[in-house]
Amino acid sequence: MLEIIQTVPIEYYVYLSSVLFCIGVFGVLVRRNAIVVLMCIELMLNAVNLLLAAFSTYLSDGQGQIMVFFIMVVAAAEAAVGLGILVMVYRNTKSTDISLLDKIRN
Amino acid sequence: MTLAIFLTLAVVSVLLALLMVFAKNPVHSVLYLILAFFTIAAHYILLNAQFLAVVHIIVYAGAIMVLFLFVLMLLNLNQDTEPQKSASWKFAAAIAAGSLMVTTVGALKGAVQLQQVNNPNPSVGLVKNLGTVLFHDFVVPFEIAGILFLAAMVGAVLVGKRDLKL
Repeated sequence: MLEIIQTVPIEYYVYLSSVLFCIGVFGVLVRRNAIVVLMCIELMLNAVNLLLAAFSTYLSDGQGQIMVFFIMVVAAAEAAVGLGILVMVYRNTKSTDISLLDKIRN
Repeated sequence: MTLAIFLTLAVVSVLLALLMVFAKNPVHSVLYLILAFFTIAAHYILLNAQFLAVVHIIVYAGAIMVLFLFVLMLLNLNQDTEPQKSASWKFAAAIAAGSLMVTTVGALKGAVQLQQVNNPNPSVGLVKNLGTVLFHDFVVPFEIAGILFLAAMVGAVLVGKRDLKL
């Protein structure tokens, strides 16, 4: 049943998670729409989740998967509060461009 | 066979993530990200973490991404005229993300030395085992997660109120 441990080295999961995480970082840096930036943060959290689950299976230890559940809790709370803030910003500026948020500084 | 499935899923998920970043229309971005989450759920099934896969689909595809879609529809942002960052900024972002990836992969290459588990337990990802671990070793974090959810709920309602009078 667990032939994945024999056939797929754990390094492959490390590489896949690194690639997904860096795509998320790139998206956060390059996009100006705040909703897409939040989605890229979700992608980064998912890359970490995948690596935790992989290590949990390879070590036959359930604690990694419990950690994934806590990351999911944080992701859900972050999405709810972030989108609430976003709706309020849109109501005041009629835009979701993150470069408009410079105004908060003054 | 398992290796082939893994490589196919990995390529598809990376491709969908790239499409999510490069899609002009935010609605297309959301849809690509939902598909990428489904491929990650398939990875979980491949890793024999069935409960995690089901929870992942319910929470991400069913709740969080629907929330994103609702906000997109509510703000009526589904036009293609999004202001773009300058080309030099995009170049700098590509360099930064690329060097982060090279550093991570280079640092972790050969660094992971796992002790081979003698007889791996195939039921580690099932509800029974996970529930035992959660309520034996992680009781306090579980309660703190509940408090975090309560705070997030109050905060979201408070932030979303139209005219706030304290």
